[in-house]
Amino acid sequence: MRIAFEHRQAAHCENGAAANLLRFHGLDLSEPLVFGVGAGLFFAYLPFITVAGAPAFSFRTLPGHIFSRAARQLGVRIVRRKFREQEAAMAELDRILDRGIPVGCVVGVFHLPYFPPAYRFHFNAHNLVVTGREGNRYFVSDPIMEAPTELSREELVRVRFARGVFAPRGHMYHIEGPVGAPDVGRAVRRGIRETCGAMLRIPVPLFGVRGIRFLAWRMRRWRERLGDARAALALGQIVRMQEEIGTGGGGFRFIYAAFLQEAAVVLGRPELEQASQGMTAIGDRWRGFALLASRIFKERRGGDAAYGEAADLLLEIADLEQRAFRELQTLVR
Amino acid sequence: MEKDKVPQHDAGLLGGVREVQYAVDENGRYVQVRSTGWDPKNAALIQAREMVNARVEDARRRALAGETSPLEYHMERCMMDPGLLADYAGLPARTVKRHLTPRGFAAASAEDLQAYAHALDLTVEQLRQVPAAP
Repeated sequence: MRIAFEHRQAAHCENGAAANLLRFHGLDLSEPLVFGVGAGLFFAYLPFITVAGAPAFSFRTLPGHIFSRAARQLGVRIVRRKFREQEAAMAELDRILDRGIPVGCVVGVFHLPYFPPAYRFHFNAHNLVVTGREGNRYFVSDPIMEAPTELSREELVRVRFARGVFAPRGHMYHIEGPVGAPDVGRAVRRGIRETCGAMLRIPVPLFGVRGIRFLAWRMRRWRERLGDARAALALGQIVRMQEEIGTGGGGFRFIYAAFLQEAAVVLGRPELEQASQGMTAIGDRWRGFALLASRIFKERRGGDAAYGEAADLLLEIADLEQRAFRELQTLVR
Repeated sequence: MEKDKVPQHDAGLLGGVREVQYAVDENGRYVQVRSTGWDPKNAALIQAREMVNARVEDARRRALAGETSPLEYHMERCMMDPGLLADYAGLPARTVKRHLTPRGFAAASAEDLQAYAHALDLTVEQLRQVPAAP
């Protein structure tokens, strides 16, 4: 059977899966709104974790947190499960599907057959929604794809039980029980507050605005410390985390600007429209950073001066973000 | 970013997939715009691919020269490291590391080879082969 599920493409898989599931259950919120209420925006620089030969960066909060937080704020109950046994994981999926309920699954993308090869790394926190089954075929709404797609049972087992960092272990989730008419305004205010806290107040220099400054400081010495090749790789890694699948451009800053624009209407606060424009300008700066970074690593252009220039731009961005989130904080206090 | 400035730099990397970007329209309202790619991002994807290719090529040459085992070549081709391969094959990491040497690989049991073949989407026969050209 195939559940009547409206597939809407999204920039980011988790927001997209969450927004599409919520809409199925009668709560029609946009992708940016889910992202904002779920406090998805973040910055993290983890120099001691190596991914594909370069340090780890993130422009978003941890996988799974966006939907969990958004659901909590909206009073929606999500049931999540993980499994040891593949058969149990598939049996439970079938059971929920047969009740006519679409199911979100966390999967690894390396073995996802319909994904473009350039994106098939060992990344295990992708989200898709299974919307029914027929024999050996499972109907899939993958928020990244323009149209719904399908997977065989074997393919689905394989991606649900991908191995490595963040191994999903069959992780699946669905919305249970009635979805009421939540106080979206309150959820929006709380989401903004949470993001401001994450960006401004975590007392560790790796996260938020501090993380951006720390990255700038380290970047000036990357060539000296890592050598040309690995420094170039690290720059490329930032660009990929910032622009690759799912950020909507500018390291999620444009999605967040879209959220603030909606928040202005929801809360009846025109100041948030201005905050949205400020966030757009910040996203544009991040795009400028990506452009500069790509010139450095593509053309192996310039020495320490080029890295210094990129670091200066990061410091500028850090100042802009600090100001923006401080203002936001006072707006939703 | 403005709607009409969303780049459409298709470098053939995404197999026709167009991604959603958020941009403002002529009235300043945010809308979704589909994009086929952007040069800086394409460059970063190509850089990542080239790094993988360089590692695969290095492993291929060394495997042909008998300096490493064919397993390392196939592991690199699947962008795995010994820990991840061990996880997919269901073997201890120490065993995998041993099999990454030519001598260790020659002594690997049929069961272990089957486990690697399964983990790497190959037949056992293919697992033993290393192509003579990249």
